[in-house]
Amino acid sequence: MAISFDAALGIHDDALLHRARRAEVLANNIANADTPNFKARDLEFSQVLNSATKLQVKQVATTQGHQTELLEPNLAADMMFRMPNQASVDGNTVEVQQEMARYTENALDYQTSFQFLNKKFTGLKSAIKGE
Amino acid sequence: MSLSNVFGIAGSAMNAQTIRLNTTASNMANAESVSSSLGETYRARKPVFAVQQVDPLSQPDNEAGIASGQGVQVLGIVESQAALRQEYNPQHPMADEKGFIYYPNVNVVEEMADMISASRSFQINTEIMNTAKQMLQQTIRLGQQ
Repeated sequence: MAISFDAALGIHDDALLHRARRAEVLANNIANADTPNFKARDLEFSQVLNSATKLQVKQVATTQGHQTELLEPNLAADMMFRMPNQASVDGNTVEVQQEMARYTENALDYQTSFQFLNKKFTGLKSAIKGE
Repeated sequence: MSLSNVFGIAGSAMNAQTIRLNTTASNMANAESVSSSLGETYRARKPVFAVQQVDPLSQPDNEAGIASGQGVQVLGIVESQAALRQEYNPQHPMADEKGFIYYPNVNVVEEMADMISASRSFQINTEIMNTAKQMLQQTIRLGQQ
């Protein structure tokens, strides 16, 4: 019996990847808060979730040499522009306080995903040890 | 690893804000530097910010054509083309033959606002870096607890 890490870890490793990617996008938004004509962007979690689950359906090994577990969803494809609450004169759509709130929230979500993943590993470990 | 990119992004922003603070300091210091001709007078300096794009070969655009930027860069520093302040003061040692002296086009109030904005942006980016650091430190401990 082979243990598939993908099956054992569930969505949590993908979620963790998504949070890390989103942290980068949000950090970039805040870094460009004073750049004229910069458009704020964000990643949508539901789209990542959809593409991750869709991908699992698609992954079928028809030949023995097929690698199904090396594929990962294309996270960059789900990037979207943000609609600003208040238009700014220089064409910049970054609202720093909002981006900061999202960044902090994302960091907390990252911690949550991390806890889930950590528990999965702890579970696997105790299963291996048989304690 | 996208989390370590956060350091580069926040670092580039801090660098850009430092340059902005430097130009502000230079403008404030020279706010009253008079001269005797239009050409020699100090003009307010402003940095030009732009998105720092990644190498398109290493990270291609997605379907929507939105490339993920990688921080901010300072394209250059431009001098303000606003009109200089001219003052008739024949007693001044720098006065030209008609008795005029020229003041720089530095708006001190604007510079102060600029300085506060740059300082706040710098603070926010240190905060971003700190949070990313905590996230990375946590990741290192994966499977240990």
